[in-house]
Formats: sequence, structure tokens, C-alpha cells
Amino acid sequence: MIQIQCPNCGPRDETEFHYGGQAHVAYPENPDALSDEEWARYLFYRENTKGQFAERWSHSGGCRKWFNAIRDTVTYRFSAVYPAGSPRPDNAPAQPDSNDPIVGGTK
Amino acid sequence: MAELTLVETTATQDISALRSSPAAHLAGVFEEACTQGARGVQLREVPFQTMVGLRVAQDSDGAHRLEEALGTLLPDRHGIVTAGSGRSVIWLAPDEFLVISAEESADLTKALQEALYGHPGSVIDLSANRTTFELNGPSSRAVLEKGCPLDLHPRIFKEGTAVNTNIGHVPVVLWKTGAENYRIYPRASFADYLGRWLIDAMAEFKAPETN
Ligand SMILES: [Zn+2]
Repeated sequence: MIQIQCPNCGPRDETEFHYGGQAHVAYPENPDALSDEEWARYLFYRENTKGQFAERWSHSGGCRKWFNAIRDTVTYRFSAVYPAGSPRPDNAPAQPDSNDPIVGGTK
Repeated sequence: MAELTLVETTATQDISALRSSPAAHLAGVFEEACTQGARGVQLREVPFQTMVGLRVAQDSDGAHRLEEALGTLLPDRHGIVTAGSGRSVIWLAPDEFLVISAEESADLTKALQEALYGHPGSVIDLSANRTTFELNGPSSRAVLEKGCPLDLHPRIFKEGTAVNTNIGHVPVVLWKTGAENYRIYPRASFADYLGRWLIDAMAEFKAPETN
């Protein structure tokens, strides 16, 4: 089982997450000005990257928040997670080893 | 245009005796499923807890007003439960919290709504959204581990921690309230399924341990 580092909840099992496809697909500034082909490209055309891929994930079984991640489509290894809306990190830091515990408790 | 008259719909008599909790029909089955002793595990429903859902940005003016009204701070990260004045506040997301209390739900909701009034956010009475199961006893962790993706070992999942997760594929809030005591909050429509799932998971602890 792969563990994914939720930016809000720490490492959780893959089954708690939903995949949201390629990240950084900007909504067209003026959709009315697009041809049908351009609109179809925005809606349906996505990269089919072999290797490091920036994609969206939702922690649907936990905090229900969206975030972005860089994942290697060959090895499945996540090399970075970062907030939705922020640019793709150049030097994606390695994902911390998944032993950051759930630090809970009563305050 | 005819003038509309608002009819006072609030019941004046106490109708709480007519309420029935989501797992009330399982009370007898739960009791039969309980086992005592070194491998014991007990399950019961704790009905009609007051639960109020809060949506507010952490550290905002609205959050500070809610904290004042609650008598406790909002938890600042996952896993944390804050407590004060008979209320516990569970972190669900960076801007979402669940208040649990034994107070009258309408009164608590109104007080918190008044505190947040005019600020971005929401206060909603969610008392009927979820019910509460209490799982207790030396085997309670072993029961949960059959269907929970979290690492429930005490060195990771410490007493006092509450998180959103799944048990038997049912989304729940799981709160470790004691060394061998958990509170589980499934949505009402999942209470029957989860209750029966837990009974099934508890069954093996009735028999003596085999090597
Ligand atoms: Zn999360």
C-alpha cells in the first residue's frame, strides 16, 4: 500500500485519496473566444508523461482538501506535495519517509 | 399581497422520549456481543450527543469569537482535540471543526451562531448527522485494526487523538478517548452496517485464545 503525504493530515493510505488528474491546467481566460477544437483541447487533452508528473489529489477520506503532488508515473514514488494554486516546485524535495506520526492529543 | 403569518412550530412539550437513535434496534445485540476479561471488548451506542459543525478560517476574527464562546481554542492541526466547559472540539480540516457536547443542541448552536454573526463561516447543528459508538476493552484495538487503514499502535495513535478515517469502509471520526477506549462517529445511515461489522469483528474474542 502506498502512503501519500497529505499536507494537512500527514501520511495516509492511498485508499483515503482520490486522483484529480493533471495539475496546472488553467481555465481559459475567455472561453467564448475559443474554437471548438481549442475548447476540446482544454477539456480532454492531457499530458501522458513517463516520469515526473504534476497532478491533483484530494484527501477525500480525511480532510477533504485538494492539493498537488509530483509523482513518478513509472515508479509511483511521490517526490513532493504542495498546495493547490501554487506553482510547480523546480527542485521537488523528496517526500519525507512516511514515519511522521499522527501527533494528536488533548490540549 | 396577503400577509404571511409565521406559525410557531417549536414544540412546547418535551418530545425527547419519542426519539430513537440510529442504532437503538441493535442495543440488545451489542450487549450480547460484549465480552469481559483479558481479551474482552465491549460495544455500546451513546445516543443523542450534541454535535455542531464549524466552518471558519483559523486565526480569523470569527475563529477568535467562536473560541471565546466555546471556552476553548480551536484545534490547530490534525489529530488534536481541544476541550473546555464540557465541550470537545475535533479538528476535521484546516477550516472545519466538530464540537461535541452533552448540552442542549439548539442552545449551543444558537450561542455559537450569535458569536460568529457577521463573520465569514458557518455554525450548523449536526447532532442528527452522526451517532456515537463506544468501543472499550483490551481487544478494542485488535477489533479496529481489522478494518482501519491507520496505524493504531499507541506509539503512533496516542490517547486523546481524533481523526477522520475509515472503519470497515465506512467514513468515521475515530477518537481514542482512553488507553483501551475509542469513540467512533459514523453517519446515522451507516450506523446499522458499522454496528454489525463491529459485532462480527468482536466475535473471535469470545473464544479462548488458541496458539
Ligand atoms: Zn488530509
